[in-house]
Amino acid sequence: MKIVLIVRYGEISLKGKNRHQFENRLLNNMRAALKDLPKRQIKKTYGRIYVEVNEDADLVIERLVKVFGIHSLSLAEAAFLDLSAIQETAFKQMEKIQLPGTFKVETSRPYKRFPLKSPEVSREVGGYVLEKLPEWKVDVHRPQVTINVEIREEGAFVYSGDVKGLGGLPVGSTGKALLLISGGIDSPVAGWLAMKRGVQPIGLYFHSPPFTSERAKDKVVDLGRVLTSYGRSFKLYINHFTEIQKTIRKVCPEEFYVTLMRRMMFRIGEIVATEEKALALVTGENLGQVASQTLESMMAINEVTNLPVLRPLITMDKLEIMDLARKIGTYDISIQPYEDCCTLFLPKHPATKPNLVKVREAEKALDIEGLIEESLAKTEIVYLP
Amino acid sequence: MEIYLDNSATTKVLPQVTEAMLNAMLIDYGNPSSLHGKGVESERLLTAARRKIAECLGADFGEIFFTSGGTEANNWAVLGAALQRQGRGRHLITTQVEHPSVLASFQRLEENGFEVTYLPVNQEGFISVKHLKDALREETILVSIMYVNNETGTIQPIETCGQIIKEIAPHALFHVDGVQSLGKIAIPIRRGKIDLLSISAHKIHGPKGVGALYIKQGVIIKPLLVGGEQEEQRRAGTENVPGIVGFGVAAEMVKGSTENIPVIVELRDYFLDCLSDLDGFHLNGFIENSIPYILNLWFKGVDRGEILVHMLEEKGLYVSTGSACHSKRDNPSHVLKAMGKKDEALYGAIRVSLSAYTEKEELQKAAQIIKEKVLEYREFKGELS
Repeated sequence: MKIVLIVRYGEISLKGKNRHQFENRLLNNMRAALKDLPKRQIKKTYGRIYVEVNEDADLVIERLVKVFGIHSLSLAEAAFLDLSAIQETAFKQMEKIQLPGTFKVETSRPYKRFPLKSPEVSREVGGYVLEKLPEWKVDVHRPQVTINVEIREEGAFVYSGDVKGLGGLPVGSTGKALLLISGGIDSPVAGWLAMKRGVQPIGLYFHSPPFTSERAKDKVVDLGRVLTSYGRSFKLYINHFTEIQKTIRKVCPEEFYVTLMRRMMFRIGEIVATEEKALALVTGENLGQVASQTLESMMAINEVTNLPVLRPLITMDKLEIMDLARKIGTYDISIQPYEDCCTLFLPKHPATKPNLVKVREAEKALDIEGLIEESLAKTEIVYLP
Repeated sequence: MEIYLDNSATTKVLPQVTEAMLNAMLIDYGNPSSLHGKGVESERLLTAARRKIAECLGADFGEIFFTSGGTEANNWAVLGAALQRQGRGRHLITTQVEHPSVLASFQRLEENGFEVTYLPVNQEGFISVKHLKDALREETILVSIMYVNNETGTIQPIETCGQIIKEIAPHALFHVDGVQSLGKIAIPIRRGKIDLLSISAHKIHGPKGVGALYIKQGVIIKPLLVGGEQEEQRRAGTENVPGIVGFGVAAEMVKGSTENIPVIVELRDYFLDCLSDLDGFHLNGFIENSIPYILNLWFKGVDRGEILVHMLEEKGLYVSTGSACHSKRDNPSHVLKAMGKKDEALYGAIRVSLSAYTEKEELQKAAQIIKEKVLEYREFKGELS
């Protein structure tokens, strides 16, 4: 009996005209997620994707549940379009289940030329199973086990239950955006959420030796690698931020350090984004999490860029973000104790509501273009995975 | 240019050591427990290494038991002694400034109902013999005191301690963590009435992953690793023959260097002299009764040792913060804390550690780099200068 993985993709089947493009993107992403495994057939038909599996079913599922755009997956046995074949397949599956308890059979029949209607198939299959396994009982309201039968043109599929996917849209289907990533908990989660909506992220990390260690950089690379397990690749720019930080520290008033630093980061972000044809910036900013994350501060920072700034975490609580980071698999990396440049040299009394006029005034002391040019010249690029 | 002054973290392996190790991997690669000729060859290598190490310590070769390093030796000594002797009492003594591998072993024993007295140290890092006398009781079964402190170089009066222990509590075993003293100063195994002594190869230009526990003839402690007859049935597991061979060669080469002290004292004084024109330069610890190989320094205005370490690294100078095990900001060195250190002396300290192969010219350059970077740090912090 042939075993296939039925892959359902929810949301993208709604996207009228672009549907084809979205589907192809999803297929490509699925292939990429399985590319180091033996070659297999991956077939798309009528809003479903069938993936051929063998003994490696668990591994294939483990990989595919991380592909955005997939709604759910079911491991199914394929049977000929013939009632007795379907009955036998359903019985074999029930036989493997340890608990004798309650069950029901649920049938769907997109292939209308099959001679029996859905309720009739359910009744026939249920009856056959009961006859062979009399210790089971039928319960159509709250069964412990549901056997699903799907009658399609290409064959009948019998399975029990499904595995939830992450939903969302296939990575790359909505375009590229530049993710400002640090070694902290928030920004990788923000990147992941952007990916969930189909964004292909390009990373930008601000490395500031000797204020940040080589290990802090390695940590960001490790975080990037986790993100690649949900998408195909991750290009990471490592910008050399030391001189900028030092100069701000030297010539600007202490209360504006953070605002000015972040304005410089956004400017560099915009330059890299333009080069990469990325259409937005993504940050891990969150409203009110630290004193400097205020609307006033965001306004002061936003002023330097015309790109939309996506802030997927903006309304989340810290605990929610941490939970998500654990689920994604970035949390344990993020909490390693190497500092990133945002936590160093924080002023004692940062301006929590920076005044734009004063910020602009303070910034006049900086040779913005010169500093950015120098930092970009020292930027290196890492390709992950 | 590379100036490595982090020899208390680890040392560069000598070519004579690697050569002997290569032989033990490529030619005499047998298992010492094998009956055939290959096994015999390799057993002879083990015995030869054991003799060299015993000779280096002034011990008998039957008193040397190989381990996977200093940590295992410390774990084994403390846990093994306490478990062996618990019938005679459940009181143990150690100090507040031990290596984490000793402290964690005592904490485990505390969790299992043992009572531990942690001897305090004075501002200079020394324990007081009077405190030890007061702490010793009839039920004391183990006293563990390190000889040379890994962070400050402080030498504890173990010879006096050993005599007092055996006088007041003759049932107590005396363990000394000798990891930082091996090859640097003579260890008074007999006069100090030491029962157990931990040593490690990679602090004396040998390989990482191998160490030994000296167990005085007639002393019995419970094994930690079980399930094999190696090391007289006291430490199971196939011996790390290449590592042990390397350890043997390193021990042989370091044997005479305890007489080297005046040379190192001269080097240290030269280094301190080079730094003397730097304002606000201080020493954690006390120059008398400390080994000249280890210096714990701090500088007024330098409040983050980690940053200074990275700044020095930019110029090719490698040193540690207070100790290699402490890099977290919120978790400063327990040794410096026990000495009552605060602020810069606690958070900004760096450790400079010499080896027998350190040259005067390197120290002159190192001092130059330190001065330059400390001034840069202060300028950046906007303090002093």
